[in-house]
Amino acid sequence: MLQLTGITKSYGGHRVLDEVAFAIPEGRLTGFVGGNGAGKTTTMRIMLGVLSRDSGEVTLDGVPITDGDRRSFGYMPEERGLYPKMQVLEQIVYLARLHGFSRADATTRATALLEELGLGERLRDNVETLSLGNQQRAQIAAALVHDPRVLILDEPFSGLDPLAVDVVAGVLKTRAARGVAVLFSSHQLDVVERLCDDLVIIAGGTIRAAGSRDGLRAGFSQRRLELVLGGDAGWLRTEPGVEVVELDGGYAIFDADSDETVQRVLRRAMSTGDVTSFTPRHPSLAQIFKEVIQ
Amino acid sequence: MNTQSFIQSVWLVTGREIGSKLRSKAFLISTGILFALALIGVIWAGVAADSDSRTPVAVTPETAAVVAQLDDVVETTEVASVAEARDLVSSGEVDAALVPGGADPFGYTLISEDSVPTTLVSLLSVSPEAELLTTDTVGEQLRYFIAIAFGAVFFIAALTFGSTIASSVVEEKQTRVVELLISAISTRALLAGKVLGNTILAMGQILGIAAIAMIGLAVTDQGELLGGIGAPIGWFAVFFLFGFILLAALYAAAGATVSRQEDIGSTTMPLTILVMAPYFLVIFFNDNPAVMTLMSYIPFSAPVGMPVRIFVEEAQWWEPFLSLVILLASCVVAIFVSAKIYQNSILRMGARVKLAEALKS
Repeated sequence: MLQLTGITKSYGGHRVLDEVAFAIPEGRLTGFVGGNGAGKTTTMRIMLGVLSRDSGEVTLDGVPITDGDRRSFGYMPEERGLYPKMQVLEQIVYLARLHGFSRADATTRATALLEELGLGERLRDNVETLSLGNQQRAQIAAALVHDPRVLILDEPFSGLDPLAVDVVAGVLKTRAARGVAVLFSSHQLDVVERLCDDLVIIAGGTIRAAGSRDGLRAGFSQRRLELVLGGDAGWLRTEPGVEVVELDGGYAIFDADSDETVQRVLRRAMSTGDVTSFTPRHPSLAQIFKEVIQ
Repeated sequence: MNTQSFIQSVWLVTGREIGSKLRSKAFLISTGILFALALIGVIWAGVAADSDSRTPVAVTPETAAVVAQLDDVVETTEVASVAEARDLVSSGEVDAALVPGGADPFGYTLISEDSVPTTLVSLLSVSPEAELLTTDTVGEQLRYFIAIAFGAVFFIAALTFGSTIASSVVEEKQTRVVELLISAISTRALLAGKVLGNTILAMGQILGIAAIAMIGLAVTDQGELLGGIGAPIGWFAVFFLFGFILLAALYAAAGATVSRQEDIGSTTMPLTILVMAPYFLVIFFNDNPAVMTLMSYIPFSAPVGMPVRIFVEEAQWWEPFLSLVILLASCVVAIFVSAKIYQNSILRMGARVKLAEALKS
């Protein structure tokens, strides 16, 4: 497990990260969500040692990470970066060798990976001649070629069409299933919601929420319920402890102040008529996000 | 990161720098042109030396004996009569004619077209013996030529590869590939690899030019020049090697402070001046021992100043070694300062990073 504790970073008196702490467990996909300038990229760069931190610690299984550990990390920077005038295969081989692989090993791995990503026909082409989507695939190959223990991906889905999103999501899931700790940031909350197991929300340089996706959703549901009745549900408005969010004939969405209120409402609903549906409503990630960063 | 993987990383970066350069058509063409120029220069010098520079003079049987001793500077054409000699002068086939007659002590007259051929006159004159207390070991002109040659080669090679390293640093920064690189290897390994790669390329070019010059001199029978110039060329190579490492490190640091290729010119300007200064200094001061001595100890101009002083035999045997130690020391300082600037600037996109900020820890 990769663990961040008390990470702080300032640029010329402006504190961009304040006591950032969260964990990235192995075998799970952790989504990293935050607005522009919230500190996602800075956090990732510090984890990779690309950027220095003012204070705090990054540990891997409880031990502060070394440069050697970092070489077993895979990284995809937000601003994509490959040499435009270098051949795709050569480039990925070069990066694998920088991570410590022999030339032969690096070539075998790079070829296999690029073929898996659908770039088998383009191995000898210069990166600049590839379409944006294919450059993105090459970029993913660059992050994966050395079989990293930890994958850190900054906006891996931005600029991808829905099909490519699925390809990349598939690759990440496979890696996580093999026991890799995966952290990825994204603006596309729907993608994060669909894909991630765990979630970290950052705003203004501080972590606002962190934990499993389902746990967070449950924690933020605040007893919001959806009720569908045979008759009119207008009586909800006068029920104590209930705040109606939406009401349309027999359909209502409401917030309850306590579990007793929920039970009382259910009993009254059943006594007034047929209850077609009475379900807790989990908020979407977008709703949680809005609420958390306020 | 341990030493072994550091060295490995440095070599990988070095290899990529060299490989990508060797595949660049622009680089191959410019190197080809440079080599061709060196070859043409040597051949031209050989042809010029070979061609007959003797003064053509017409003589009659009576005056032939007068110039018989001047065979190496005078090319004689013997004619039968004075009239024939005059004709050759006016047709321009000879520069002058020696005809019998005229006042003592000579007993002959020099005829020429419209000006007195002073060289010939002085050769034929009787002069008193002159004794010089100090002798110039090397001709003025040769000293000038050698000084400019060293100055120009240093300035062209340093400028070419200095800009190359600066633009390759900016390319990595601009394409953000640097972020990937330094997530795998240390900034220091990356910087060292780039400096080393470009130094090898620059040295290769320099050695190529030197080889062409030497082979060319030998082939065109100018071998005697080689004896005097061998040691200075050797020292030049050594000084160039470390002088270039010094400059390359500084160029890399300068490149790291900007984010766009367009900004390289302004950020490397001070370095460009440093590189060009020795060239202009040797042009103007190659005969001024004080300036040349100073130049031969300042790290940026030592690669030009010291070999020139060695060539004209003004330097004591220990001087190049002392100067080399100074150069090595400044190399170490430059590498540390550059590594710091590089490290602090390489991820900062946008506006040019101020030097004071780049030097902060």
